[in-house]
Amino acid sequence: MSSKPRIVITGLGLTAPNGNSLLEFRANLLAGKARIAEIEVRHMGKHPAGVCDFDATKWQKRKEIRNGTRVGSISIFCAREALGSSGLDWDKVDKSRVGVYLGITEHGNVETENEIFNISQFGNDTKYWTHHHNPRTVANNPAGEVTMNMGITGPHYTIGAACAAGNAGLIQAAQMLQLGEVDLAFAGGVSESIHTFGIFAGFKNQGALGAHEDPNKASRPFDKNRNGIVISEGGAIYILERLDDALARGAPIIAEIAGWCINSDATDAVLPNPERQAECVQMALKRAGMKPQDIQIVSTHATATALGDIQECTALRSVFAGCPETKVNNTKSFIGHCMGAAGALELAGNIPSFEDNWVHPTINIDELDPECDMPGLVINHPIKVEKVNAILNNSFGMLGINSALIVKKYGVA
Amino acid sequence: MTKETIKQVVLDIISDIAPDEDLSIVKPEVRLRDQLSLDSMDFLDIVMELRKKHGIEVPEADYVQLASLDSCADYLLPKFLAKASK
Repeated sequence: MSSKPRIVITGLGLTAPNGNSLLEFRANLLAGKARIAEIEVRHMGKHPAGVCDFDATKWQKRKEIRNGTRVGSISIFCAREALGSSGLDWDKVDKSRVGVYLGITEHGNVETENEIFNISQFGNDTKYWTHHHNPRTVANNPAGEVTMNMGITGPHYTIGAACAAGNAGLIQAAQMLQLGEVDLAFAGGVSESIHTFGIFAGFKNQGALGAHEDPNKASRPFDKNRNGIVISEGGAIYILERLDDALARGAPIIAEIAGWCINSDATDAVLPNPERQAECVQMALKRAGMKPQDIQIVSTHATATALGDIQECTALRSVFAGCPETKVNNTKSFIGHCMGAAGALELAGNIPSFEDNWVHPTINIDELDPECDMPGLVINHPIKVEKVNAILNNSFGMLGINSALIVKKYGVA
Repeated sequence: MTKETIKQVVLDIISDIAPDEDLSIVKPEVRLRDQLSLDSMDFLDIVMELRKKHGIEVPEADYVQLASLDSCADYLLPKFLAKASK
């Protein structure tokens, strides 16, 4: 990618179940603090879930919140917070040259289920079905709500990429910047999936819904007794720019996008394929001009399903054999699976490592599954390392979509 | 049921659908759109809430009757009275 413009991250806003700013999120990751609630899921009773508690009214009028969607509010909060961290004078930005690219696992389930429930209270008469249904459920909804809130007139859309979506949003933005389609991009991933019982029921009937008497221990990737996914909501939106533009305005450069790959298993709708995952990681490394030993942190996708964790470990072992200095961690053990936001949030939690050289662990491992044992796996306690110059962020999803994104410390060759 | 009651019913609905608005200054004779930030979707919300909460139907051809609080009261009072008498 050396002939293409270099792309850098110059802003970041997020909401995670255990933090509404990068500072708070990072502090909790280093302190080993998970925050998973127990919520009432329609038709299904109580289940563990990651719930965000950001103040939506900070950036939206109450009418906007009422007419929009939960994921729209998450997106607006993250985008506005990203802007606040970027040093941009928003009034002077050409809004027609700004793009919004948000990864989503799914969209519309929440709003559709709500309306089905609503009309069930009126004898299923569709004249009670809300006229807000279509604007709420069109697939571009979260990105579109951001443009309306912020007056952005450049392109906006979402990238449907199952649970690889957070990386996919960032990759899309980097590509659009390299193509010159936009000068500034808001990009990342978002999710409101805890508000749809269908996702919970689907995972439960697949035998993949996590449970534990202590909700904070329900999400436990790599533990021998893991029993599935904890569904969470959240968002992480980055501001991306071409390096030259960022330097020209004296932007705070958080990190540089070094390389990426998205590929497909083409084998099974739900079962991952470690061979394709390994190929995805290797291609991202190649495009970044890196070798496996150049990666200091691998942020795993592992969701705490019985097979998925093992498959990812198999893929990583094949790529990172002979890289004892490469550390491996997992953020879902703290916040559950934030679905479309997962990849973007998990990357965000690791980015401060470039400055502080700490690697947060994967927590909730009481008994490590031998099949998930990997050299470099950071278990239950953070560790300090000599340097962090590059992070590999894995995000995989159903229908066999794999994404690997490599981000490097700015200024390091 | 009086016209004043009807006006309050409509104001209560508007307070739900447009919670940022100051309804204490609404003039009953002035078009709601001219004094509040309401769009066509909001008026559809008013129609929907009348249907859901009060069982009152407002046909599309009559939407213009909801222009002001006064016109709402004039138009809706017979409907509320007819419903109460059933």
